[in-house]
Amino acid sequence: MKSLAELQAIKNRMKDKVVLRDGMEATRVVVGMATCGIAAGARPVLNSFVEGVSKAGIEDKVSVTQTGCIGLCQYEPIVEVFEAGKEKVTYVKMTPEKADEVVQKHLKNGQVVAEYTIGAITA
Amino acid sequence: MKELSLNILDVAENSVKAGASLTQILVTERNRVLTIEIIDDGCGMSEDVVRSVTDPFYTTRTTRSVGMGVPLLKLACEQTEGTLTIESVTEEVDPERHGTHLTATFNMDHIDFTPLGDVSSTVLTLIQGHPDTDFLFQHKTDRGVVKLDTRELREVLEDVPLNSYDVMEWVGAYLREQYEELS
Repeated sequence: MKSLAELQAIKNRMKDKVVLRDGMEATRVVVGMATCGIAAGARPVLNSFVEGVSKAGIEDKVSVTQTGCIGLCQYEPIVEVFEAGKEKVTYVKMTPEKADEVVQKHLKNGQVVAEYTIGAITA
Repeated sequence: MKELSLNILDVAENSVKAGASLTQILVTERNRVLTIEIIDDGCGMSEDVVRSVTDPFYTTRTTRSVGMGVPLLKLACEQTEGTLTIESVTEEVDPERHGTHLTATFNMDHIDFTPLGDVSSTVLTLIQGHPDTDFLFQHKTDRGVVKLDTRELREVLEDVPLNSYDVMEWVGAYLREQYEELS
């Protein structure tokens, strides 16, 4: 059974890491989490990113955050990737599976998955 | 929305945006009636706003003129012959006890009842996106109660963020275990 003592152990283990992390992430992944995004399936997409980033061991470099509606509801779930010194990448119609792929190829290895970006959508 | 838990996520986001320091999500199943309450201590809404908030063509946003969150929840409960009520007190009216209390009821045996779905995932998503805000989640059924209060976790964690992956994983397992005890 999960106990608060176990949480205490997590805290002790993480305490030193926290100071290092604040604002140090070079890459930001932003998932649209307004009504349109949620209805289109943003919740599992966000969870995939959170889990994927942790499993890939790139938590120190990549932060995953949420935002409201960015005005392209028909393309939700939308995920924007901001990297220092690079142009923003907008992924559209995301799924948990596509999210896993973006974590591996783009966030981990620096290769944008062009076929899932808004630029790949034809009319 | 495929699950009511997604409506809960959507509407609870409004509470956070209203500046709530504590958002309570209370789910109660009794006599085949499901009651969802979302209670916050945010800035509250005036009577006019409360009246118009269930109208799909009302929103506080200025970018576009539709806000579908509450109307979608209202639709989901009214299609089971349930009701949705909102009570709200603005900060101007009462600087001490302001906020919004939304109550939605659902007849679980109605053919148009939307399943509650993965409400644990909704709680985790809220914590992930708003680690500095507190959430009290409680799901009561005839078989027992599932409960999570981020204020208790915060006391243990101190300055370790609630949305650290290890903490989120713990919260997920904590909720899962409680649900397993119910079934």
